[in-house]
Amino acid sequence: MAVVKVGMADLNVCKHPDSITTLGLGSCVGIALYDPVSKVGGLAHVMLPDSTQMRNNQNVAKFADTGIDALINKMVKAGANKSKLVAKIAGGAKMFEASGLSGIGNIGERNAEMAAIKLKSLGIPLKAKDVGLNYGRTVELDTATGDFLIKSVGKPVKKI
Amino acid sequence: MSDVATDLTYEQLSEQYQDVLREIGNIGAGNATSALSNMLGLKIDMAVPRVRLLEFPEIGSALGAEDEIVVGIYLEVEGGIEGSMMFVFKMASAHFLANRLMGRPDDCVEEFSDMDLSALKEIGNIIGASYLSALATMTNMVISPSVPYLAIDMAASILSVPAIQFGHFEDQALFVDTEMGDEVTLEGFFILLADPAAYTKILKQLGILG
Repeated sequence: MAVVKVGMADLNVCKHPDSITTLGLGSCVGIALYDPVSKVGGLAHVMLPDSTQMRNNQNVAKFADTGIDALINKMVKAGANKSKLVAKIAGGAKMFEASGLSGIGNIGERNAEMAAIKLKSLGIPLKAKDVGLNYGRTVELDTATGDFLIKSVGKPVKKI
Repeated sequence: MSDVATDLTYEQLSEQYQDVLREIGNIGAGNATSALSNMLGLKIDMAVPRVRLLEFPEIGSALGAEDEIVVGIYLEVEGGIEGSMMFVFKMASAHFLANRLMGRPDDCVEEFSDMDLSALKEIGNIIGASYLSALATMTNMVISPSVPYLAIDMAASILSVPAIQFGHFEDQALFVDTEMGDEVTLEGFFILLADPAAYTKILKQLGILG
């Protein structure tokens, strides 16, 4: 079995027995989708909430809204059934206690909110989330169970 | 908002801006090393800064492993331009600096105390001021930094902050690596973030853009 790695502003899919991971989510949000029947899993590492607010929005994996759409398409091509998908999200931390002068202040929170809104509009249940606070998260989606494992510095591994 | 699109392409702008950043990196690192040398009482040299344009998926590993624990110091910038800057130190360099400042043996690796964290923030202040004074002198603008903010976490998590700021405008980020060393090598790097309006402003102030 292989572990598929997803970088920043990137997305990918995998199928059981492989798993999929992204390392060190900060203010970005990791959106994991899973079809428990076909055991196809997908993960998007999005940086910004809303592509419609940006002039430069060609890179669909960069945004929560277009990233989720693209991830679903890719998963369906890999054999997933869209109506079976469930979601888990993690990340969206506020890494620095800055005053937000440059607009970075609540970007993590907005990323997580937008992901939840987009999933709701598509009728995909958001089963669990581990978002916010002030630390980084490495996440891994286990395609056997749909478990989403979260590792942070100095903290026990969390399973959601 | 800005006239970037009509003046120069991103690519051209970015090339000229990279030259400017390299120059700021040179002078800033020079200022910073002499300030740090005085403070720490040891000789620190610096290498010529390297400017890199990185795609987002490469950013997390720009400094080493994505999940390597590093120290990030972040400052916001206001005045003539608005933006922010960040320094990232590897843990070994951060321990070395904290040990020197706190009068401990160089090889001490115990967890940072609040005093250590304050000392590291102060180093962030000094380095930040060194770079900003280089930029301010070159461009004849008044630029002031905020208080420094500090985080110790995985490199990719810390680097997500500047990456997201670049992400508002582009699909790449500009990093300037500066290695300082002699008696000791401090591995770290600095990122100056400014939106395209600020790029244009800096280049205009320098007489590169009309």
